[in-house]
Amino acid sequence: MFGRKRGVEDFAAEIEAHIRLETERLQEEGLSADDARDAARRKFGNVTGAKERFFESGRSLWLDHLWQDVRYAARLLRKSPGFAVVAVLTMAVGIGATTAIFSVVDATLLHPLPYAHPEQLVRVEDDLQGVDARDVGMSQPEWQDLQHSGIFDGVSPAWYDDNNLTGSSRPARVSLLIVAPNYFSLLGARPQLGRTFPADDYTPSFTTEVVISDGLWKRVFGGDPAIIGKGVRLDTDLYHVVGVMPPGFRDPGTTGRERNIEVWAATSFFGPPLFDHPPRSGRNLPTAIARVKPGLTVAEAQSRVDALVASLQKQFPGDYPAQSAWTVRLVPLKDSVVGNVRQSLMLLLAAVGLVLLMGCVNIANLLLARASARSAEIAIRQALGGARARLIRQLLTESVLLSVVGGAAGLVLLYSAKGVLLRFVPASLPRLNDISISSTVLLFALGASVMTGGIFGLFPALQVDRVDVTRRLKQEGRGSAGSREQQRTRRLLIVTEFALSLILMTAAVLLLRSFWELLNARLGFNPERVMAVQMRLPYPNDVTTDRYGTIAQQTPFMREVLRRVRTLPGVEDAAIGDLGAVPLAHDRSNQTPPIPMVREGRDVNAIAAPLVDASIVGPEYFHALGMTLLRGRSFSEVDAGSSPRVAVINEAMARTYWPGVDPLGQHIKLFRRPTDWTTVVGVVGNARTESLENSAVPVVYLSLRQTTAKHLAIFLRGQFDEAAIPDQVREQVQAVDETIPVFGAQMLNDAVASSLSSRRFSLEVVGLFALTALLLAALGIYGVISYTVSERSHEIGIRLALGAQHRNILLMILQQGLAFTIAGTAAGLIGAMIVSHVMAGVLYGVRPTDPTTYAAVTVLLAIVALIACYIPARRAMRVDPLMALRRE
Amino acid sequence: MTTRDTSDASEKLDLLQGTLDLLIMRTLIFGPEHGQGIARAIQGTSAEELLVEHGALYPALQRLEKRRWIAGKWGTSSNNRKARFYSLTALGRRHLVKETSKWKRLSAAIARVLETDAAKG
Repeated sequence: MFGRKRGVEDFAAEIEAHIRLETERLQEEGLSADDARDAARRKFGNVTGAKERFFESGRSLWLDHLWQDVRYAARLLRKSPGFAVVAVLTMAVGIGATTAIFSVVDATLLHPLPYAHPEQLVRVEDDLQGVDARDVGMSQPEWQDLQHSGIFDGVSPAWYDDNNLTGSSRPARVSLLIVAPNYFSLLGARPQLGRTFPADDYTPSFTTEVVISDGLWKRVFGGDPAIIGKGVRLDTDLYHVVGVMPPGFRDPGTTGRERNIEVWAATSFFGPPLFDHPPRSGRNLPTAIARVKPGLTVAEAQSRVDALVASLQKQFPGDYPAQSAWTVRLVPLKDSVVGNVRQSLMLLLAAVGLVLLMGCVNIANLLLARASARSAEIAIRQALGGARARLIRQLLTESVLLSVVGGAAGLVLLYSAKGVLLRFVPASLPRLNDISISSTVLLFALGASVMTGGIFGLFPALQVDRVDVTRRLKQEGRGSAGSREQQRTRRLLIVTEFALSLILMTAAVLLLRSFWELLNARLGFNPERVMAVQMRLPYPNDVTTDRYGTIAQQTPFMREVLRRVRTLPGVEDAAIGDLGAVPLAHDRSNQTPPIPMVREGRDVNAIAAPLVDASIVGPEYFHALGMTLLRGRSFSEVDAGSSPRVAVINEAMARTYWPGVDPLGQHIKLFRRPTDWTTVVGVVGNARTESLENSAVPVVYLSLRQTTAKHLAIFLRGQFDEAAIPDQVREQVQAVDETIPVFGAQMLNDAVASSLSSRRFSLEVVGLFALTALLLAALGIYGVISYTVSERSHEIGIRLALGAQHRNILLMILQQGLAFTIAGTAAGLIGAMIVSHVMAGVLYGVRPTDPTTYAAVTVLLAIVALIACYIPARRAMRVDPLMALRRE
Repeated sequence: MTTRDTSDASEKLDLLQGTLDLLIMRTLIFGPEHGQGIARAIQGTSAEELLVEHGALYPALQRLEKRRWIAGKWGTSSNNRKARFYSLTALGRRHLVKETSKWKRLSAAIARVLETDAAKG
C-alpha cells in the first residue's frame, strides 16, 4: 500500500509543509516572518525526533541502523588512525593468541576421537594400590573375564612392540601392535584394502596375518595394489598381509610412537610362544582398550566391573591377596589420550584469557578517554534528539567493529605465523597433527571478538547515561574534563589490570623457578657427549629359530659389537644396556613394565611383592653414564651366566625397601619365573633416568651377562661426529649380524632437553603473556596518570604559582599512582594465591605460596608502576604556571 | 537512572496515547485536513487546554494510517500550499464510534471516583 511505502523525503516534505503553514498562520496573527518561523518550529518540537520515529516504523530498521552505525564508526576510526591502529593491534594480538591456544585445545581436548561412537571407548587400567602400583597391565584370564562379562562389546589388549621387518633393502624397524582379533571391529575401523582380522578367532598363538598402515604400504611396498596375500617377515617369522588401513587410521595411543603403529598382528594371547595356560597373576598384557555395551555409561560399566573384580577376588584368593588391593579402572579413551596435557593446556588458556581481558581493559580505557573527549558530541546528539538507546548502540557498534577488525587481523597474523607457532608446540603433545584453524576455531575467534568488543565497549557506552547534557554543553569550549564516574571507572580498570598482570607474572615466575630447579637438578648421570643408539635382536614366535635366545648366544654378539664401536673415531667409552637403561626415554611403550621383587625374609611371594623398575646393563654402563657407585661393587665380566646372580640397586631402593638395614648381601628374586636368589652387591647414587621430576625412583640393575634382553641400546661417550656416528654404528653392528636394525640415535643431552620441552613450552607461553600483561598494565597506568596530569595542569599551575615546590607536585602525582599499585597488588595477590594453588601440579621444587616469588613480582610491578607514573609526573613538575593560568 | 530535563517527546506521547488518536479522528469527522490544521483544530476546540506538540502529531498520524483508520494524500490547501491531507476511512469511522463511547464511559467513571474522593476528603 502507498502509505507504507512512503519515503523519508516524503515525510520530510510533509513536516516542511506543516511548518510553512504554521508560519503563515502566525504571520497572519501579526508576527514578523522570522519570529513566526521560529515559533512554528518551536511548536513543532523535535523535527529530527519525529523523522527518526518515522524511520523507526520501517521494517528493516535494525539492519539499517546497524549499517549506518558501522559506516559512522568506520568513518570515526579513519579520522583517528592512531587510536584505531593501537586498538586493532591490541585486539589482533589478544584474539590471535587466544585463538592459537584455543586451536590446540580444540584439537586435543574438544575434537572427538576419530572412531565410531568414541564415547563408548575406554582404556582398561589395572591398579595394585596395595603395592602402590598403577596401570600394571592385565593377565590373559582377566582379559577373558572382562570380554565375557557382558559389560563390553569387546575388549582388546594391546601390546606395543618393535619388529625387524626384513625382505626390503635394509632391515627396518617397524612399530608393531599386537592386539586381539576384535581390535578393529571394536574401534569400528574398516580397511581401505583387503580385510581385518576375523573378530572371533581365538585359536591359540599368533595368527599369521597382519594388517598394515597406509604409510608402510606406500613407503615400503610402493602402494602395491596386489599387496593382499603377500608375505612379509617380521623378526624372521613369516606373515601374510590381509589388509591395509586407510591413511587417517591411528591407534589411540598416548605418544607419537604408539600412534605411528605400522603393523597390526593378532593373537589370542596364549599358546606358544606365550603361556599355554597363562597364570592369572601374570600381568603381561600392558594395556587394553574396550567398548562399553551401548546403553551403558562408563560409570555404570565401572560399577559392574567393580562387582566383577570383587567376585574374582573371592574366587581366586591366592592370585589376588587382599593386601595388593587389585582394582580395574575404566578411563574414557579420550581422557587417557590427552590425560596429562589437559592441565597445562587449561593453564595456557586461562593465561591467554587474562591477556585478552587486559587488552580489553586497555582499549576500554582508551575508549573512555575518547568518550570524555567526545562527551560534547554525545551531549549535542542527545540535545538534538538522539535516543539514548540509539547512542549506546552506536558506541557499542564502534567497539565491536574495532574488535572484529582486530580479530580478523589476529586471524591473519595467526595464519601467517602458524608454521612458526607449531614449532613451539612440543612434539609430545597428543594429536599434534590435528591442530588446524577449523570452523570451530573460526567461530571461537568471531565469538571472542564480538564478546570482547561488547565488554570493552560497555564501559564508555554506559557513560552516555551519565552525560549531563546542559552542563556539558555549557562547558563546551573549555578543556574536556571527564566526569567523576568516568574517572572512577578508569581507576577501577587500571587496578584490575594491575591485579591481572600480577597474577600472570606470579604464574610465570613460579613456572620459571620450576624450570630452573629442574634444569639445575642434580641428574645423577652425565648426559654430556653421550649418545644412545638402539638396536633390537629378533624375537621370533618360533623359538627354535631364535639365534639370541640365551645368554651364551647373546654375550659374544654384544662383546663383538662393543669391540667394534670402540674403534670408531672419537669414541672414548661404550656400553650396552636394555631400553630401561636409556635415560628419560619417556615413551611409555619403551619402558619395561615394573616387575615384582621378592625380598628374602620380607615378601611371601611375587603376587604380594612390590613392583620395581629394572634395568639390564652391561658392566661398563655405570662408568659410561657417569653414575657414582656409593657402596659395594659394580658388575664385572666375572658375573657370567654360570656364576651366582647379582644385582646393583640405587640409593632410593635401598632407602625404600631396606630402611635402616645394609642392603649389601640381601637376597632378592625378580620376575615371576622361578629363579635363584639374586644377591645385592652394590649401591649406586640416584639418577634421574626415569623422570627429571623424580629424583628417587627405586631402580634395580641386573647384569646383561646374566639376564637376556632383546631391545638394546649402545651408549657411546666421546668427541665424535654426531651426524655420522649413527650410520657408523649401524655398519659395525650389521657387520656382526646384517639382520639387526639400528635406529633411534639420540644424544642424552637432547633427551634431557626434550623431556623439558612441554614445560619449556608452558613457560615460554605464560612468560610471554606475562610480559605482555606487564607492558599493558604499564601503558594503562601511564595513560591514566598522564591524562590526570594534563587535566590537572591548571590546578598544578595554581599550586606552583602559590609556591608549591616541584617536589610536592611530583609526590602528589606519584601518590596517585601508588594508590593504584597498592590496590592492584592487594587484589592481584589474592588472585595469584588461587591461581598458583590450581597450578600446583605443574610446579617443581617451588611451593605455590613461595614468598620470594610473590615479593619479587610485587616489587617488579611496583617499580614498573613508579616508572610509568614518573614520566607524566615529571611533566607535571615542568608545568609553567603562567601558561597554565593563561589558558583559562 | 539520573533525572533528565530534556523534553522527551516519546514520554509525552505515551501519556496521550489513545487520547490523541481519538482527538485526531474526531477532528477528521468534518472532512480531510492536513497535519497543521489538525493541530490547530485540536488546540482550538479544546479551548487551548490541550497543548499538542505539533511534532508529536505525526507519529500518531503515522500509526493511524498504518492501521487504515485514516488515509493520507497530497493535496493543495486553501491558501494554495501543498500539504498532505488526511481523511477518515470507513474503518476509522467505526472505530471512532466505538472508542468515543468507551472513552465517555471511562471518563465518567473516573469523574465519579474523583468526586467521591473529593466528597470524602
